[in-house]
Amino acid sequence: EKTKKSFSGKIDQLINYSGVYDEDFFEELEEILILSDIGYESTQRIVEKTREIMTTENITDKQEVKKAIKRVVRDMLTEEGKEELETPAVFLIVGVNGVGKTTSIAKLAKMFKNQGKSVMLAAGDTFRAAAVEQLETWAGRVGVPIIKNAQGADPSSVLYDALQAAKTKQVDVLLCDTAGRLHNKDNLMKELAKMNKIIENNAGHFHVYRYLVLDATSGSNAVNQAQVFHEVTNLNGIILTKLDGSAKGGIVIPIKYMYDIPVRYVGVGEGLDDIQVFEPADFSAILFE
Amino acid sequence: MAFEGLSGKLQDTFKKLRGKGKLTEKDIKEATREIKLALLEADVNFKVVKKFVADINERSMGAEVLKSLTPGQQVIKIVKDEMTRLLGEKPVKLDYASKGLTGLMLVGLQGAGKTTTAGKLANHMKKDGKKVLLVACDVYRPAAVKQLQVVGKQVDAEVYSDETSKDPVQIAKDGFRFAREHFFDVVLYDTAGRLQIDETLMEELAKIKEEVAPDHIVLNIDAMTGQEAVQVAETFNEKIDLTGVILTKLDGDTRGGAALSVSAVTGKPILFAGMGEKLTDLEIFYPDRMASRILGMGDVLSFIEKA
Ligand SMILES: Nc1nc2c(ncn2[C@@H]2O[C@H](COP(=O)(O)OP(=O)(O)OP(=O)(O)O)[C@@H](O)[C@H]2O)c(=O)[nH]1
Ligand SMILES: Nc1nc2c(ncn2[C@@H]2O[C@H](COP(=O)(O)OP(=O)(O)OP(=O)(O)O)[C@@H](O)[C@H]2O)c(=O)[nH]1
Ligand SMILES: [Mg+2]
Ligand SMILES: [Mg+2]
Repeated sequence: EKTKKSFSGKIDQLINYSGVYDEDFFEELEEILILSDIGYESTQRIVEKTREIMTTENITDKQEVKKAIKRVVRDMLTEEGKEELETPAVFLIVGVNGVGKTTSIAKLAKMFKNQGKSVMLAAGDTFRAAAVEQLETWAGRVGVPIIKNAQGADPSSVLYDALQAAKTKQVDVLLCDTAGRLHNKDNLMKELAKMNKIIENNAGHFHVYRYLVLDATSGSNAVNQAQVFHEVTNLNGIILTKLDGSAKGGIVIPIKYMYDIPVRYVGVGEGLDDIQVFEPADFSAILFE
Repeated sequence: MAFEGLSGKLQDTFKKLRGKGKLTEKDIKEATREIKLALLEADVNFKVVKKFVADINERSMGAEVLKSLTPGQQVIKIVKDEMTRLLGEKPVKLDYASKGLTGLMLVGLQGAGKTTTAGKLANHMKKDGKKVLLVACDVYRPAAVKQLQVVGKQVDAEVYSDETSKDPVQIAKDGFRFAREHFFDVVLYDTAGRLQIDETLMEELAKIKEEVAPDHIVLNIDAMTGQEAVQVAETFNEKIDLTGVILTKLDGDTRGGAALSVSAVTGKPILFAGMGEKLTDLEIFYPDRMASRILGMGDVLSFIEKA
């Protein structure tokens, strides 16, 4: 977690050297939070909450202040009644261009396979150049079957075929890739709505999960992404990718607050094993330790 | 939504100011606070915002504004002008080498849009009558070479690749030689996405640069990037000395504050904006339009024009 050091180091410095918790202290705290893409409003909320806790609990000790901030962030990200994954399951993986959907599918496939589940992939991106080949390469590396059609084929029909195959073969998990699409493109969002519908109507006894993939590097636009994708597909969760970079992915905090969409997994690299189950406490600890 | 209220908020503040006629220092402070928030919500880097706002504040305190009968509009004008200046004032043309082969290397984070942009540039340059070679230097991402081949085919540009090699530096060198021997006008190197904190891969770029000495080293940056845009642009610029930037995915609804962050820290021109997934979706970058977009000021500007 070398990459998070600069940030948490700053918090440490702030807490260790400022001594008094005056306006400057809170202003600097604000700055650190904003630089993590938490956004202005959520930053205000965190700062206010921290102030409140410090007053009501009469906190003056530096370590305790730090713990209080961590707690505030953790609580903002914790989901109530965390749902357990039920199989057989079909996953629809959605998001804007280049965020890491296809790679995340490969990582999830390997993870589920390691858990002893049978996995199948569906090449639902029939649009981008070599998207099918990319997923196919991953399928080969993980050692799972893939259902595909030619570039330019109707993505909904690929998903339909995949669902039929998944039922026939009785797989535990079907992971469906989709083409990257910007949420402000109506025609592409309509296409996604159709794909979502095909899955819903044909899922049978499969549990349906729709995950939005978000790039940790993205700023406030991720909130718009979450809003629109949620409207169209009724999301169950988020996969936050590229956390191995220097970006903090703080944008998931306002998204959780506004739409109550929890983060499920985080991507921490380009390799198959670079995926982790999201833990709010870990995330806030990484941010502040 | 916070974002939609932006231009309205600015308008309100300035309307209030306009109603008052002459401005006090306190009024200007309030206006600059709104500007600061607007910039942060547009994802301009916090440090860039601080400096920008300080500059604006200083200029706004000047006699010309305080004396003006329309101070609010004066402040808006200063903001817009200053931002346009930072973004490069006028569109910058990508120039070709005065003779012989022009080399251009595309670099950036994972998924920023390099391979797609390579195709777009090839298409654009072919329209200038150039013979363009695409070189596939991404040996890491699954099917990256295939992707470039498909893209190359779509724009009818030749692709140099060597799938037996795992050495991007060697591939770049060989591609360069191939381009020279076959009298290409332009050679475009598509490199693998990498994190700026990845020392090994950044070193690889430096080596490619050393071997093929491209005329242009262009950073692709996703217009949706948040606060990190500064770290990314700064490090790429430090390590391989960028010559320009291309802003991708500007067809989304992001305000694109990353553009200002990148310009402010690198001082390098933004050459093009990627406006879609199609290989014709490449547009010249206009600093003044970008400034309006970042500020969400389209309507505010027309309001000034009317006044
Ligand atoms: N560093 C890092 N890179 C990642 C991560 N996840 C994906 N990537 C890289 O990001 C780039 C894009 O990943 P893809 O999986 O192709 O993204 P996508 O969302 O499927 O892209 P489109 O289908 O084109 O919209 C690739 O270079 C991946 O290797 C991650 O967690 N960390
Ligand atoms: N909407 C939109 N999508 C774009 C634009 N430029 C690229 N894309 C999409 O963004 C995704 C990533 O593009 P690539 O060209 O594969 O990005 P890359 O930088 O080569 O990715 P890596 O090689 O994995 O680092 C693809 O889905 C592209 O279609 C753009 O200007 N607008
Ligand atoms: Mg994909
Ligand atoms: Mg690429």
